[in-house]
Amino acid sequence: MLLITCPWCGPRDDNEFHYGGEAHIARPLKASELSDAEWAEYLFLKQNAKGPFTERWSHSAGCRRWFNVVRNTATDEIIEVYPMGELPKSAEGIKAYETNWRRESAAQKNAKAGASDK
Amino acid sequence: MKGSASGMRALKGGSSRYSIFALARNALSYHENWQKAWRSPEPKPEYDVIIVGGGGHGLATAYYLASVHGIRNVAVIEKGWIGGGNTGRNTTIIRSNYLWDESAGIYEHALKLWEGLSQELNFNVMFSQRGVLTLAHSEHELKEMRRRVEAIRLNGIDSEVMTPGQIKKLVPIIDTSPTIRYPVMGGFIQKRGGTARHDAVAWGYARAADDLGVDIIQNCEVTGILREGGKVTGIETSRGTIRAKKVGCVTAGHSGVVAEMAGLHLPIDSRPLQALVSEPIKPCVDTVIMSNAVHMYISQSDKGELVMGAGVDSYNSYSQRGSLPTVEGLLAAAVELYPIVSRLRVLRTWGGIVDTCPDASPIISKTPVEGLYFNCGWGTGGFKATPGSGHVFAELIAKDEPNRISAPFSLNRFETGYLIDEHGAAGVAH
Repeated sequence: MLLITCPWCGPRDDNEFHYGGEAHIARPLKASELSDAEWAEYLFLKQNAKGPFTERWSHSAGCRRWFNVVRNTATDEIIEVYPMGELPKSAEGIKAYETNWRRESAAQKNAKAGASDK
Repeated sequence: MKGSASGMRALKGGSSRYSIFALARNALSYHENWQKAWRSPEPKPEYDVIIVGGGGHGLATAYYLASVHGIRNVAVIEKGWIGGGNTGRNTTIIRSNYLWDESAGIYEHALKLWEGLSQELNFNVMFSQRGVLTLAHSEHELKEMRRRVEAIRLNGIDSEVMTPGQIKKLVPIIDTSPTIRYPVMGGFIQKRGGTARHDAVAWGYARAADDLGVDIIQNCEVTGILREGGKVTGIETSRGTIRAKKVGCVTAGHSGVVAEMAGLHLPIDSRPLQALVSEPIKPCVDTVIMSNAVHMYISQSDKGELVMGAGVDSYNSYSQRGSLPTVEGLLAAAVELYPIVSRLRVLRTWGGIVDTCPDASPIISKTPVEGLYFNCGWGTGGFKATPGSGHVFAELIAKDEPNRISAPFSLNRFETGYLIDEHGAAGVAH
């Protein structure tokens, strides 16, 4: 069982929370330019890290707000809690974010390219 | 140990099998001279095929590679001891009552192999066709069940709907009164389903594979997958480099980690799945009863323990322990459906890590790396598939082409969109 510190409500038992899976997956903005394989990669392929992992949680039985967490999936140790829209600040969190294969993926690049067009 | 022959198995032609004569012979020497069931050889520098993972599926794959396809220069590489992973952690339930034709194909293939497995391996896997009953707790669920029963029967698999009265007669400890929170509205049973002794399955396949020359290498952790020009050339292990042109990975729970070694990503989340047993009591339930809506399943082991299973935890973890709320949910449902459970002590609880796929169906597939194959993603229900999974995976590795049964479970289904959505029949929420 995890003790998760909601940024707004403080430390709570994990059954107050809803898990949102991997964090920082950017939706491709020009979906029509992606191949089926690239789209499948965005939709289905998982990071599934053993070790520090960036993930999303929602305090669904409390304030109902979403936030990000860096957790070591091998030990269940929670390393860092940080707001949506921000990047991790702990050394483990930064490494987990930067070494994620998604940063190199076509879907991720497509999401960035779309953003710069605006 | 007496006698120089003990511990050295007699190979080709001279390998003794288990029989009443062998039992009598060994009884005369106080059972001290039984041969080892399998050897513990040093790894050779090269094999035709390496199987990574010495669980039931991996050992079955090696056995069928040797027995069906004649590929005997095979090594099974296991990080710990064989059958020490999810093979020994599951709740031993076997059934093939799946909705979709693709799933019916593979699970029924497995069930047919189960039915002759003890004879084939000359090893008692204690396969007990005690029936698997699934409960419905709402009108909607009952309607869905009727549909599933018809679909199952169209695939030639036994399945029948039961009324609450019939269920009460079959399972006297169940509370079928309409006043409980989720009353039993009906259910359906597959009488050919049941349980098997999970450790014996690993041991039986290990012994049979070893008999055919397969090297079972325990305490050997795979640390890397060697590749050259997009082809597999071998593996790196804690006991050195072992070469092979074909490598099959069957590492439930850690498939993502092994895939990473080859630069691959899988559509898998690894999550804890928990189960528990009560203290042993007198025989009180002689079938397996599952309930998806209130999320618990129960059977009684041959030792008398009530074996109960919960759902997967909501979050990814490799910690091999789950969260308490999941166990509480399971026990709440158990106490309500089977009031006698409230008086029992929980003897032990445990968790295993399962590979969950987005469509709750497994992956039996070639990969973009030539010669590298994966058999994974069985989620919460891999044990029941053990013989079938090994059988079709061996064929995939031997012929480099999937057969009719395994083809739908290729990795490219996530690209083509031909998903096999088995969340309903998977039995446990993914």
